Amino acid sequence: MEIIVCIKQVPDTETKIKLKPDGSDIESEGIKWIISPYDEYAIEEGIKIKEKLGGTVTIVSLGPKRAIEAIRTGLAMGADKAIHLSDPAYLTADTFAVANALAAAIKTIPHDIILCGRQAIDDDSAQVPSMLAELLSVGQANFVIKLEVSQDKKAIAYRTVEGGAQEVLDIDLPAVIAVTKGINEPRYASLPGIMKAKQKKVDEPAPSALNLDANAVGEKGAKSKVVKYALPPERKAGKIIQSDFPQNVQDLVKLLREEAKII
Amino acid sequence: MSGILVIAEQKDGKIKKVAFEILSEMQGIAKDTGFELNACLIGNNVSGLADQLAQYGAQKVFVVDNPSLAQYNTELYTAAAAGAADAAKPQVLLGGATVAGKDLMPRLAARLKTGLLSDCVLVKLNSDKKFVFQRPIYSGKVIADSVCASDIAAATIRPNVFSLKQPDASKKAEVVKVNVDVASIKPRVRVKEIIKAKSEKPDLTEASVIVSGGRGMKARENFKIIEELADVLGSAVGASRAAVDSGYADPSQQVGQTGKTVNPSLYIALGISGAIQHLAGMRTSKVIVAINKDPEAPIFKVADYGIVGDLFQIVPELTKEFKKLLAE
Repeated sequence: MEIIVCIKQVPDTETKIKLKPDGSDIESEGIKWIISPYDEYAIEEGIKIKEKLGGTVTIVSLGPKRAIEAIRTGLAMGADKAIHLSDPAYLTADTFAVANALAAAIKTIPHDIILCGRQAIDDDSAQVPSMLAELLSVGQANFVIKLEVSQDKKAIAYRTVEGGAQEVLDIDLPAVIAVTKGINEPRYASLPGIMKAKQKKVDEPAPSALNLDANAVGEKGAKSKVVKYALPPERKAGKIIQSDFPQNVQDLVKLLREEAKII
Repeated sequence: MSGILVIAEQKDGKIKKVAFEILSEMQGIAKDTGFELNACLIGNNVSGLADQLAQYGAQKVFVVDNPSLAQYNTELYTAAAAGAADAAKPQVLLGGATVAGKDLMPRLAARLKTGLLSDCVLVKLNSDKKFVFQRPIYSGKVIADSVCASDIAAATIRPNVFSLKQPDASKKAEVVKVNVDVASIKPRVRVKEIIKAKSEKPDLTEASVIVSGGRGMKARENFKIIEELADVLGSAVGASRAAVDSGYADPSQQVGQTGKTVNPSLYIALGISGAIQHLAGMRTSKVIVAINKDPEAPIFKVADYGIVGDLFQIVPELTKEFKKLLAE
């Protein structure tokens, strides 16, 4: 089974995000970078499939030089090799240009299943998996919480839909599977794993090596762009209801009805 | 090019409220730009629903009707929506940021080679009369304004953000049938079975009221008191990451940066301390109520109403009071 895992390096969830003074971008100084948590589930799932069915796990990531840390972590967990789209021409892309570059990279290698996290926790777009599926002309499954892959290139995926219901999907591979929390518990990289990861191959193809036109990547290939970043207005603290129980509960219900007019 | 096309999602013959919300909001922008405001319906025997869309301002309703579209399927619905877009030739393409909308719209955008902005909370025109889409990123820690560089601009709109206008019952839709040969498509992903949820509760991302429990719930079985409160309010049940990681609630219930971002009218946080990741996911709720025994809990800094106390005593009482109130 040829397994591809797409990952993105993002700021840690604990990070307090600051903006550049002119609102043109996020201040990247002082940020601790991690693998987007949903992508960790994708790496773990890829390694589990390999352990069961054999094959190789290839990590594909688009991001600046620093993203190599995230890639090495994935390799230390047990992935075999990686493609790092690190050329500056790829950067400042939107979801479409990212999906387009990832698709071009994936097309150069055998691929039976492409695993992604359900969304990156920085821009929260949740678009790349579906766009990737379209650009690779394969099927897709989003919000997958359980996956069973078989040697005959079929898969059964359980995906969460409205109100806690689940759809059971019958999938012909290759397909893009975007996983969500609950599918597995990602392993920690072992010390031997970390040592071995340093020797694993990481390709860094330029756009031309993937037959990508200079106008199709990065900012030029983007179909959308952010024109302004701002911080949301701070929420003001409201009132603490001081009366004793059970009067406090009655007061709360009264406030919700009469003041907030919400019930 | 003839304006705005709203992909109106229907499920089992019922149009999702978010479609009416988008149409309501777009009436003003359509007037300002001179754009036509149109909608699209995909499904089996759905033409009869078109007038409902007209009542919220849709002029034409492009209908792709086919027995194989009875249930949502990514590949079939993408083909159908692309066919409708081809017929409607919109400049702006909008859909709801629902479970199906988040699956369909990126695939459709890639097919149409358009930019797409997810989960938008505001649509406005800039000085060049270009559409600007505002969306929270970093699950709400930052707000970004974006524009599309493609011929078509596309976006998904978060439910419960735009308010509904009064429907005009006198309006009838101009139905445009669009033929798309979906029967010849062999989808590579097929829904084999649907496992129903244990309880019929609304989805977190669409719910207008959410009751959430945190670490302070202490055990999975204690969520029963939340379920009872939720039943009275007709609300969804959420949880903090701490509660999910402790096994008290399912991952699909998690609200916050590594869970769902929610936007209800009323959010009741029970035994939730209010970590930065959790606050990011629920801070746009219209009214926040917090009940926690720790007066220093950060959740009180964002709550409109707070009670410092024992939730195991307070919640059953609250259920009783709401029941009484709603029975009036």
